[in-house]
Amino acid sequence: MSPTTTIATNALEISNLDLAYNVRGILRPVLRNVTFHIEPGEAYGLVGESGCGKSTTAYAAVRYLPRNGVITGGHILIDGDDITAMNRNELRRFRMHKASMVYQDPGSALNPTLKVGRQLIESFTILGQPRQQAAESALSALRKVQIADPSRVMGRYPHQLSGGMLQRVVIAMALACDPALLVLDEPTTGLDATVEAEVLDLVRTLRQETGAAILLIAHNLGVIRTMCDRVGVMYAGKVVEEGLANEVFDNPKHPYTVGLLRSLPRHGMHKSRSALATIPGTLPVLGSDLPTCVYVDRCPLADDLCRNEVPPLVEVAPGHTTRCHHIDQIAKIDQPRATSLRDPGTETVLQITSVSKTFRQSGNDVPALVGVNLSLTDGETLGLVGESGSGKSTLAKAILGVHAPDAGGHLTLDQHELAPKVSKRSAEDKRAMQIIFQNPDSALNASWTVRRILQRSVRKLTGKDRAATDARVAELAEHLRLSPRHLDMKPRQLSGGLKQRVAIARAFAGDPRIVVCDEPTSALDVSVQAAILNLLAELQSEQRTSYVFISHDLGVVRYLADRIAVMYLGRIMEIGTTEHIFTGPHHPYTEALLSAVPSVDGEPGNRIRLAGEIPSPANPPSGCVFHPRCPRAIEGVCELTEPPIIEVSLGHSIRCHIPADELSRLQAIAR
Amino acid sequence: MTDTDNILQRSVAERKQARRENWRLLRRRPGFIIGSVIAGFWVFCAFFGQRIAPYDPFDYRDTKQLSPNGEHWFGTDKIGRDIFSRVLTGSRDVLLVAPAAAVLGVIFGSILGIFMGYYRGWVDNVLSRIVEALLALPVVLVGLLVLTLAKSSNLVIIFVVAVLFMPIVARTVRAAVISERDLDYVVSAQLRGESNIFIMTREILPNITPPIVVELTVRIGYAIFTVSTLSFLGVGIQRPSPDWGLAISEGRDVLPANIWWLVTFPALAIATLVIAVNLVADSIQAVFER
Amino acid sequence: MLRYISRRVLLSLVTLWLLATIVFLITNVIPTDPARAILGNTAPEASVIRFRTQFGLTDPLIRQYGRLLKGLVTFDFGLSWGTKREVWSLIEQPLFRSAKLAALAMAITTPLSIFAGLIAAKFRDRRLDRGIVLVGLATSSIPEFVTGALLAVVFGVNLHWFKPVATIPPGTPPLEQLQYLILPATAMTIAYFGYIARMMRAGTIRALDSDYVRTAAMKGMSSSQVMTRHVLRNAIAPTITVMSVQVGYLFGGIVGVELVYNYPGISQVVLNAAKKKDLPVLQVAVLIVALIYMVATLLADIIIAWLNPRARLELGQS
Repeated sequence: MSPTTTIATNALEISNLDLAYNVRGILRPVLRNVTFHIEPGEAYGLVGESGCGKSTTAYAAVRYLPRNGVITGGHILIDGDDITAMNRNELRRFRMHKASMVYQDPGSALNPTLKVGRQLIESFTILGQPRQQAAESALSALRKVQIADPSRVMGRYPHQLSGGMLQRVVIAMALACDPALLVLDEPTTGLDATVEAEVLDLVRTLRQETGAAILLIAHNLGVIRTMCDRVGVMYAGKVVEEGLANEVFDNPKHPYTVGLLRSLPRHGMHKSRSALATIPGTLPVLGSDLPTCVYVDRCPLADDLCRNEVPPLVEVAPGHTTRCHHIDQIAKIDQPRATSLRDPGTETVLQITSVSKTFRQSGNDVPALVGVNLSLTDGETLGLVGESGSGKSTLAKAILGVHAPDAGGHLTLDQHELAPKVSKRSAEDKRAMQIIFQNPDSALNASWTVRRILQRSVRKLTGKDRAATDARVAELAEHLRLSPRHLDMKPRQLSGGLKQRVAIARAFAGDPRIVVCDEPTSALDVSVQAAILNLLAELQSEQRTSYVFISHDLGVVRYLADRIAVMYLGRIMEIGTTEHIFTGPHHPYTEALLSAVPSVDGEPGNRIRLAGEIPSPANPPSGCVFHPRCPRAIEGVCELTEPPIIEVSLGHSIRCHIPADELSRLQAIAR
Repeated sequence: MTDTDNILQRSVAERKQARRENWRLLRRRPGFIIGSVIAGFWVFCAFFGQRIAPYDPFDYRDTKQLSPNGEHWFGTDKIGRDIFSRVLTGSRDVLLVAPAAAVLGVIFGSILGIFMGYYRGWVDNVLSRIVEALLALPVVLVGLLVLTLAKSSNLVIIFVVAVLFMPIVARTVRAAVISERDLDYVVSAQLRGESNIFIMTREILPNITPPIVVELTVRIGYAIFTVSTLSFLGVGIQRPSPDWGLAISEGRDVLPANIWWLVTFPALAIATLVIAVNLVADSIQAVFER
Repeated sequence: MLRYISRRVLLSLVTLWLLATIVFLITNVIPTDPARAILGNTAPEASVIRFRTQFGLTDPLIRQYGRLLKGLVTFDFGLSWGTKREVWSLIEQPLFRSAKLAALAMAITTPLSIFAGLIAAKFRDRRLDRGIVLVGLATSSIPEFVTGALLAVVFGVNLHWFKPVATIPPGTPPLEQLQYLILPATAMTIAYFGYIARMMRAGTIRALDSDYVRTAAMKGMSSSQVMTRHVLRNAIAPTITVMSVQVGYLFGGIVGVELVYNYPGISQVVLNAAKKKDLPVLQVAVLIVALIYMVATLLADIIIAWLNPRARLELGQS
């Protein structure tokens, strides 16, 4: 296809793009024959798991490749101009006027040594505006991204602003040149749910105002569904399915898309009814040779045809295409199996009574936890949700004895009082409580083998002799589907999912009573997450272990938890069964949190907007700590007195001045 | 076999495997090969220099201050000793003293650095101040001060240089420990009841070995620098050693009189040794920090 | 910023006090009898005693320690044992001459190595970069007296381009003094060039690979604009730290170069003092050079804090 014959109206047109990384002189293919286009004003999403090439595609779209990236074939046209053929100056002018980019970490996207204002003004002076005019443009750009006091923000350094604020600034910068194409690479990853929702709202509004086309990269399928008109699913550097977002998500026609969607806990799924679907195997290694269907090794429908012939591009509906030989058999892919897990027991394992934790920070008292009361029964999963600064991790560390809570709080395990610090606890108490961390790379000692990691935990926690230790390690490995070959490897030789299995095996080494799971799947891809969640549910059912499960992903918590506590600024705002929390009546904060989640299922919901940013725990608001952001705050009450936590129905408590009936009524209207 | 033996044996096997991989990568770097050959040559001379030298390096005769010729390749000095023979044997003391000082300094510094990084808080604050103060000390001048007070001997030089290198090593190791200490595996070890000593030596130490080894190779270079300088100033290695630094100081008076060979050959010897050590150190750093 | 500076200065004072204490400990922990050592074994007992009382060696240690601390504030360090003159008056002039040489060395080294580091980073992994890195690597930590001696042989004795001896006749105009100073300064440049250049290269590469440079490039800035407005500011901070440390090393290594070229700097005072076991002079020399190091690192930290506001926070946390 030559540039002259293309329709110049497309904002982005990528045709047959091949891209490789030069690794020590050998070209490793990363993108294979990628073809898609974005119409002016359209929002297009790319989804896929890590390593599928979606970010590489995004960077290719603006020709900002890593030093070893080489375009080996195909064309990239933006607004009709072929950027693969541009020289340095043309490329510069193209970036100046036609395309902009927003990346994942707004903190590093801005120069730490220059004030925000100066960097923003620069975006306008580079376009030829005189300084005075550029300064005014900068102010109005900040107002456009809904920053309340732009002149104050201009005078700040990046590290003095919150993540959400920074991302607004970066977006303002990106829109300075009124681009034809705006590339967003994981723009809200790492932001809190309510902040994420605000940033997404903003992008939606700005898109309407500016008419820029959007290429959105996100691993969160909900974000893609709520933001994009059309979507492309990538696997191993290839677009395997493409179509309208609603159609692809509701009626997927490629086995990979099916697998991806089924591995997500959706539609109110719960562990007690159904397991999550998993995708067997792992992504092919970067740059490996894939002559036929890229998904063949992991596909449940794969047969000789798939192994021998490249699947053609099939149009299953107008504009909905897939690359699969067996679209007629898609419906036959197995549904997730039903589960038969034991219900949680009634025996109280852990009792937490008025636990507080105050940190001292440069001479100030920072309350991280305030008067927390909780209990946990055997075989139960208690979900802890809340945004940054909510104190959920501090609570976990207090339970484990990593931080001693303030005097006055009590932790009771199986009817006996626990020492505040782990070093003072008995061997039996140490055995009883273990943790699974978020990041297995940090949680596993990189210089030990898996076998040594497990042996040491078994021996230290159970005091078994050598033979018994080895037997126990073998048993654990089998349980967690780790092969003997894995045992002799070091963590860095394992995939993320396997590493997390090792971490789980370690936590279970001494048959613990309680395992704290601190965001155990948030660093993993969704198909791996599904396998880990299934495993956790099975282990719990077999061993009657109780979980304290921390997660920012409400879908995951909803799937796994029996009860949920919602935390805000160190306090429990609401606690109840999973059913209570999701059906209401809700605490206004819970309500906002739930409405902030972009849904994969495309359920329409009214967004509850929260004013302002999460306050610092060092300086909590008066009265109810949520009142400055609460859309339902009652003036003259909420800012003066902190409401008590009241049981509104059996096992469901809410910390709010508004009575439960009133909350129900208000929330029914809002829906 | 006890369980500890078992674990120890296994970790030895692991380390062997890692070492083999590093070794393979090292051998592919030309800088490492060239550096090792030159450094190896001087180490060989330190042991066997006297045997391969054409003359006895300590024997003086009538052939005084001859310029380089067929008989005496590098000429002779003021009292008629053969320079070539003296250069060949001149690495002996510095190659004993400098590496020993570097090793000792790295050991002291690592212990201090691990404590500072692991305990943090007031332990770190107090020790950091002291380390900061020690860092300000000019190494050569303090060496001069101490060796003026105490009688100079190889042992004293080793000890002085080691102590002077300790703070800078401690600072490097502390930084490495701090970034390890914040990792979750340390919390995990605490949760299963490991002692602080175990966590420091068995959990953290293996993970900070690469920077420590790099520090060691770099320190050897600086130790050669320091020891040679002290010898040149007359308070380091003492006469009648054929030490290069000493030789340069003996020859520098007559340099303006165009008697260049007394200074040139020992100077070239020091330069080649330092360059060789630098090349090796850089290769090790590149391989370990890959 | 002002708070940062005052905190940083306060910390430096603590360090200075520790430093003086350490130096005092070194000189007192080693068992020697300085009076005997200076006067010789044959000196009559009476003169030994007189020596001790004259220099306050019979005072309690705490008073001797107090005198040292007081000296640091007033620059009155008492009398030299060997010459019986004020220690500071002995050191002042030679120190100034050493500083002149060191300043010249830094004036050559700084622009050269920063430029080389920038060029190397810009042409990363190409031949020019490899060359700069290799030269810098090979030459760093070759003792200055070694390169000094070799330069003297080649350019002084054989080629006669410059003077192999740096004893400048009095009354020489400043520009002609260069003829004497250029070789020793070059020897020092060779020793310090490599490390600074490598640091600059690493800092520049880190900045070039950062997200904010990508942001700037996406604005449509040219690579030279990106370099001057965004890269340099961030890249130079670690180099400034390293340079301040090198200033301290410079005064340590200068002794060797000065001796090679017979330059009448601090080395002559120090070596004379060492020969005569003149402890006060050595002690003060060590303290003064340490003080120079501390002032250099203090200035470096303040410059970095001014360049990068985040650096100001780090001190507050430590």
